[in-house]
Amino acid sequence: MSPGLVGIAIIDILLFTFLVVTAIAILRLRNLFGVVMLAGVFSLLSAALFVTLDAVDVAFTEAAVGAGISTVLMLGTIALTFREEKKPSHSALLPILVCAVAGAALIYGTRDMPAFGAPDTPVQTHVAPDYIARTPVETGVPNIVTAVLASYRGYDTLGETAVIFTAAIAVLLLLGASGKRRESKDSEGKE
Amino acid sequence: MQASILDLDYVLGHYNYWMFVILMMTGLYITVSRGNLIKKIVGLNIFQTSVFMLYISMGKIIGGTAPILVDNPDAVYSNPLPHVLILTAIVVGIATTALALALVVRIRETYGTVEEDDILAMEHEMEFGSGLPQGGDRG
Repeated sequence: MSPGLVGIAIIDILLFTFLVVTAIAILRLRNLFGVVMLAGVFSLLSAALFVTLDAVDVAFTEAAVGAGISTVLMLGTIALTFREEKKPSHSALLPILVCAVAGAALIYGTRDMPAFGAPDTPVQTHVAPDYIARTPVETGVPNIVTAVLASYRGYDTLGETAVIFTAAIAVLLLLGASGKRRESKDSEGKE
Repeated sequence: MQASILDLDYVLGHYNYWMFVILMMTGLYITVSRGNLIKKIVGLNIFQTSVFMLYISMGKIIGGTAPILVDNPDAVYSNPLPHVLILTAIVVGIATTALALALVVRIRETYGTVEEDDILAMEHEMEFGSGLPQGGDRG
């Protein structure tokens, strides 16, 4: 057992404990403002976890997008809707059963997975060393994640931009149309 | 290579994966069991973030460093490919979240509620001209 593994494991266990506590608090809380704030906390904690796992680019994107933009959008939504959730009216037995069975199947699936942090797993030995070796020679970009994102897989990033563009248009159509309807309703009321 | 479940090496080597499963199932449970549409979206986000944790965990190498080139030729870098994939997934995730929230706002304007039960009861009433039978299947 390497000392590096123990060090990371201690931080991971702490962060995961906080994450699980936050998720259960989100489950139990019925005040939606509190739920949205806890969702922001959840995102920030997961960003901290990504830093310990060496994914710094993912961490700052998660902190900016998950804890920032997503929280703002949700606050906007509860401002336009309601701040309290109704008590659930039906039994939760079936969802618990489904989640327990799916969770058990997934945990059974992890039995065959290589140990966390091992350098000789298929994930680490397949194409990743190739990208790491070729990036400084072919692109000259010091950050390998940026090099893959913008250079090697530039078309995928273009596709991602197309997805965001489509979503933005859909949001504008949904909300813009309702704004116009509200205006026409208001003017009808005045007349 | 089947280690005992009580072996500390085995537990530390798989702890991340188990916690990912617990978080993912919590997210799924929130999405399935809660009737409030905003809370469903929060549950979906938890589900999504836990999948990110699985991918990033698989890319980590103990003793490795973040995949940013340093002068030391012996440096070990964690796998950058899951990071690229998850960066894309985070951004696509916020796009779908924004779309879902816009739909929630539209549903609130049309139905006056964001509770799944109330919406289903209203739709049933519109279709059949009577309320849902008490204790009936939620369809």
